[in-house]
Amino acid sequence: MLLKKLSEAYGVSGDEGNVRSLLRTELQDYAEELTTDSIGNLYVKKGLGKKPRVMLAAHMDEVGLMVVGFEKSGLLRVTAVGGLDHRVLVSKPVVVGNNHVPGVIGAKAIHLQKPQERKKPLEIDNLYIDLGVQSQEEAEKLVKIGDYVAFRSSVNEIGENCLLGKAFDDRAGCAVLAEVMKADFDLELTGVFTVQEEVGLRGAGVAAFNVHPEAALVFEATSAADVAGTKEAGHVTQIGQGPAITIMDSSFITPQYMIDLAVKTAEKLGIPYQFRRLTTAGTDAGQISQTHEGIPSLVISIPCRYIHSPATLINLDDYQNTIRLAKGILKAIEEGGLPCEGTA
Amino acid sequence: MDSIERFLKEICEAPGVSGYEQPVAQLIKAGMRDYADEVREDRLGNLIFFKKGTGENRPRILLAAHMDEIGFMITKIEENGFLRFAPVGGIDPRTIVGQEVLIYAKERLHGVIGAKPPHVTSDEERNKAYELEEMFIDVALPEERVRKLVSVGDIVIIKREVIKLAGSTVSGKAMDDRAGVAVLLVCLQELARLQHCADVYAVATVQEEVGVRGATTATYGIVPDIGVAVDVTHGDMPGVPEHETCRLGKGPGITIGPNIHPTLGEELIRVAKEYNIPYQLETAARPTGTDARAIQVSRGGIPAGLVSIPLRYMHTSVELLDLADVKMSGRLLAYFVAAVDMAFVEGLSCC
Repeated sequence: MLLKKLSEAYGVSGDEGNVRSLLRTELQDYAEELTTDSIGNLYVKKGLGKKPRVMLAAHMDEVGLMVVGFEKSGLLRVTAVGGLDHRVLVSKPVVVGNNHVPGVIGAKAIHLQKPQERKKPLEIDNLYIDLGVQSQEEAEKLVKIGDYVAFRSSVNEIGENCLLGKAFDDRAGCAVLAEVMKADFDLELTGVFTVQEEVGLRGAGVAAFNVHPEAALVFEATSAADVAGTKEAGHVTQIGQGPAITIMDSSFITPQYMIDLAVKTAEKLGIPYQFRRLTTAGTDAGQISQTHEGIPSLVISIPCRYIHSPATLINLDDYQNTIRLAKGILKAIEEGGLPCEGTA
Repeated sequence: MDSIERFLKEICEAPGVSGYEQPVAQLIKAGMRDYADEVREDRLGNLIFFKKGTGENRPRILLAAHMDEIGFMITKIEENGFLRFAPVGGIDPRTIVGQEVLIYAKERLHGVIGAKPPHVTSDEERNKAYELEEMFIDVALPEERVRKLVSVGDIVIIKREVIKLAGSTVSGKAMDDRAGVAVLLVCLQELARLQHCADVYAVATVQEEVGVRGATTATYGIVPDIGVAVDVTHGDMPGVPEHETCRLGKGPGITIGPNIHPTLGEELIRVAKEYNIPYQLETAARPTGTDARAIQVSRGGIPAGLVSIPLRYMHTSVELLDLADVKMSGRLLAYFVAAVDMAFVEGLSCC
């Protein structure tokens, strides 16, 4: 399963090579042109010369850590790459560097803690990666400063049609994009697998400049907070309720005609959908929409519980419905052209 | 992977929360029975491997390592099928957020421990550790099915495979004290080629984590002359003074202090020196949190000793130790056992 392979691959922001080569292999038989750029984005082109030109994007990178120093004992000091909740880090297995050296993030045993210590979260400054070595010299033989650190977890099907694993943000989006690129449309399509989204949407702007599309669709994974102890008003999205359409976040406001395109398509095809009910955080659309003289964009997300942790949860119906909706939208563009201000 | 590593991996990955040790007990029995003359279980669930000595007047030695692990128990099924839970044994709640778990319900369910998501959390809350009360287990099933499958009281463990790290180190859950059980196996293997006068009762005990209960009934039933517990001790780690820890890979910790019979402590040290087995002295000014605590005051008082494997991150799911220490501990115990005769036992009464 492509999604499983993508999720289990290691690719912290700035180190997306493993994911890129997986996708290159997956799509080389479908692409008319397959290229990369200097920052690491992967471009998959189909229907060259057709009209209109549409860009589809999903980011390859995941949140993780980076090695910033050694203790004499051989423990590694780390810093966060991307927005991590430091409270989920402790007591997790990780892999370090290009050779995927295994390690664990340890914590002082409960027996040795003072009661007031237990009330404070373990900050990243107080966390270490333990490779099982006895000294800095031994550690330096295995890893180096600047090595990327990724969570180590495998994908499993759990509960009712759900997947549990890491990095569905945004490998689920990558899988959606890959599946869409396998279908044929009477459009010039450029699927871009972007880099460095998690550290500030760094890859997408470059890609949008290079592709210069007339419109863009971004496939994402977004927070689902439909869990015990959270009021419905704070759910943002709910798993199993269909793809989520973004209206506004910190980086981007969706043009109404793009929202209408998504909603009408979903309703016509009987695909469940929901709006993403939060106005903060950002996606690649924030950069894409501000490139050149402005590119109308749309963000469709798979709801994801426990996002940015080693064990995130998505619903497979949501995943399939996101693929259906994406294809439906491209079909609608193929048939009715791109919507613009005033069309609705 | 050698046979000890394979055995340790197998038993660490198995479930066996305090009071519910049966699954791991089966594996331990299968892995160790060939090295014992007789295997039996007592009423509380202790698994006793008996190996007969060669002497005419044979002292009885109890070797105890606990096979139970810390875990959780389901306490409530919430609306929408989320599960609340309570710890079994001492757990730092900060180490369990985002962990994958296995729930032993009517069928085994795979879930994840969640807590209030960060974006709906205030900055103030983010500077506070997650508390157990705000956590839940998500099995991604509708409430109706959860209610059919899960009962209050069902047992939960963290899902974690043993990971091989640098050198001979390994990491996983329940190394405390399945590593001690592996030490018993090494000891029995060594004893197969050593002459020993004493009868040996190697016991995988139950319910240590909730109050050293298995060791209590095992000692009562076996009536040993000497009891040595095998457990884990804190390895060196940042934020903990060096004198409170043992170094990984530098051999077993041998404990001295009021919980330990002075002559037994000295004898373990003497044996380590005689056979060139590296060891580290560990001081315990109070009763230890190990089976030795129960052994010492069972029946009319049993001389107790304690051999420990250095281990980092105790009671988390990434407990880390060096297999070399497991092997050295097993050898130390075997040579210790081989040196015990009735004269030694008689010398243990305080004059």
